[in-house]
Amino acid sequence: MKRRTRNATQSLAFFLLTICCLLIVVPVIAIIVYVATQGGGTISWQFLSEFPKNQAREGGIFPALLGSFYLMIGVVLFALPVGLLAAIYLHEYAKQNPFTRLINLSIINLAGVPSIVFGLFGLSFFVLLLKMGSSLLAASLTLSCLVLPVVVTASREALAAVPNSYREGSLALGATKWQTIRKVVLPQAWPGILTGLVLAVSRAAGETAPILVIGAAFSPILPNSPLSQFNAIPYHLYVVATQIPKMPKQIQWGIILVLLAMVVLFNLTAIILRIQLRARKRRWGL
Amino acid sequence: MSSIRATLDKSIKELEQDVIELGSMVRQALFEALRALKERNSVLAEQIVKNDDQLDDLSRRIDQKAVETIATQQPTARDLRVIIAIIRIVTDLERIGDLCNNVAKQVLRIADRPLLKPLIDIPRMVEITAAMLEDGLQAFLARDPVRAEKMCLRDDEVDGLRHQVQRELLTYMMEDPRTIERATALLMISLYLERAADHVTNIGEQVVYLVTGQWKDLNL
Amino acid sequence: MMLDFSVKMKTESVSLFYDKTEALKKISLAIPAHQITAIIGPSGCGKSSFLRLFNRMNDLIWKARVTGQVYLDTVPLYNPKIDVVELRKRVGMVFQKPNPFPMSIFENIAFGPRVHGLHDRAKLDEIVERCCLQAALWDEVKDKLRDSAFALSGGQQQRLCIARVLAVDPEVILLDEPCSALDPASTMRIEELMQQLKSQYTIIIVTHNMQQAGRASDYTAFMLMGDLIEFSSTKELFTSPQDKRTEDYITGRWG
Repeated sequence: MKRRTRNATQSLAFFLLTICCLLIVVPVIAIIVYVATQGGGTISWQFLSEFPKNQAREGGIFPALLGSFYLMIGVVLFALPVGLLAAIYLHEYAKQNPFTRLINLSIINLAGVPSIVFGLFGLSFFVLLLKMGSSLLAASLTLSCLVLPVVVTASREALAAVPNSYREGSLALGATKWQTIRKVVLPQAWPGILTGLVLAVSRAAGETAPILVIGAAFSPILPNSPLSQFNAIPYHLYVVATQIPKMPKQIQWGIILVLLAMVVLFNLTAIILRIQLRARKRRWGL
Repeated sequence: MSSIRATLDKSIKELEQDVIELGSMVRQALFEALRALKERNSVLAEQIVKNDDQLDDLSRRIDQKAVETIATQQPTARDLRVIIAIIRIVTDLERIGDLCNNVAKQVLRIADRPLLKPLIDIPRMVEITAAMLEDGLQAFLARDPVRAEKMCLRDDEVDGLRHQVQRELLTYMMEDPRTIERATALLMISLYLERAADHVTNIGEQVVYLVTGQWKDLNL
Repeated sequence: MMLDFSVKMKTESVSLFYDKTEALKKISLAIPAHQITAIIGPSGCGKSSFLRLFNRMNDLIWKARVTGQVYLDTVPLYNPKIDVVELRKRVGMVFQKPNPFPMSIFENIAFGPRVHGLHDRAKLDEIVERCCLQAALWDEVKDKLRDSAFALSGGQQQRLCIARVLAVDPEVILLDEPCSALDPASTMRIEELMQQLKSQYTIIIVTHNMQQAGRASDYTAFMLMGDLIEFSSTKELFTSPQDKRTEDYITGRWG
């Protein structure tokens, strides 16, 4: 008698859990499918490589694409070294004292700051105070600050995943701390660090509020230096969807699809990196 | 590639060498005791008594080494039996040494008087005992139980010779009471030699034990 | 009994504090050169902490404080002028669980010399071969030096760690329960290896396996709750120990 109720309870529980899983997965698939069907028709090589014409009602999105690309390079150039070095300091060197506790607290808080606040910070600090103007540089730096907590946290986790026995073994051979980090810890932690970076870049790619506040330019001119004005996909989409009358729906959907595709692509890259990391673990027995 | 128990093997080898050394010291004592008797040489007899200390020292050292080996190397199975056998063989060798010592003491008692009769049986006993000892120790080194058992059979010869000596000396003593002291000394010597041969058969038993793990009484 | 030997390393009234706790209590011990010294004792008696004094690995533990002095030959080690990196070249360490780096076998052994500035390929090849031979590992790895170190068995990995230490040419080798994660055959292999190594190096081994201490060492120190109870030649300690606590531990009548 008892066994039958136990089995029934188990089956019911599994059923409910499966429903919950579907509730998560289905919307995501639905969105992707809907966007793909709506905007799929617009996507073509011309769309991606041409300049916008007729106030972006026709033509392509090349400047915005290029701008987004440059922005992400900027984020990598700034967020990776700063975030990684901060993570190394915090994990490998810092002692437990009020100062490090403060740093940890700051990082947590930084992660929760709304993106528009970052935008305003970037505007007042990079654009105005440091006189960078509404440039790629200012936007990159602002976005880097925004994603820094992601890079730092992911890097710290990657460093923490390296077993201490490697560090001990290295130090016992007469290596200095820095040699140990450089030659043993970092090579091991690298996939984890890269994964964090990819996720950070993915987030930065989709942020609209900061680049809005900093002042992206809805212009068909290509940026030719870090200090020049720029356009980016989220901003282009914002303008196209809200500011321009009589905008053909396909264009809007096309841009949405591009943005979505970018984000999905980045996340897929992160997943592949994770899989490689697991395979490497199995081979090298981490 | 060396054995993973090279240290234990080395210790056992060293103990074996020590046993052989002790064995040759004992053989020498046997022959010297005989020579002292034949030549009525009290100087040699006293030397034998003194040398017995050296023999005892070596026995003790081998014992100590064996104990240390057991404590530190934890030998098991055959290795353990070898070391146990070594400890027992050393005991028997030391006893044989003591018996030679006793022979020498008897020689000292009668060295100043001429021999009762030419010695035939007693030297024969020494010869056989010494040969048995050599055989036993070689059987030990070679781990050869068959050779050991064969060696033990010769103990009967030694026993027979002792009986012969006893009968002869009894006759002498009955005929002429003045010979009693010398006869008794010779009688004692033959008894000691018989016991020495018995101890040598013990060595043979140890060899059988160490190879087979079984006790076999070979002193029949 | 007066122990007569030439001293390679020595501690003098050394105490180790973890924050307020006294983990090691004023220990004075002389380590004989070119011998194997074993340190035995129940869990938590401080033997690993004591071992780590010799290459200052305790420095890595936050809030660990050392009083007293440790000497290598006649040089005091707990001294601000001492270069810890140099010290760890001269005093190497093998850990309880084999910890080869996630690199090839060759890279593992070459790691030490490389870190100390040697990059000449021919010399590195020579060092790797020499150390593998010394660690009784060459025949097993000579055809697969480029393979991952993790392709080796546990016993081989530990011998690899020993080869790795040998590559920096130390004078003293510290082994912290090196066989506790290994099977009996690998354990005996490493014990015999130590016998071969002692002619060139001084060896200190911490072990919770008394039989191993008996088999493999020349001198043994018995520790209990942070104190050094007895130190003498292994043969003596295992046949007639002086202190009752030592005897109780050795005969297994502990606890």
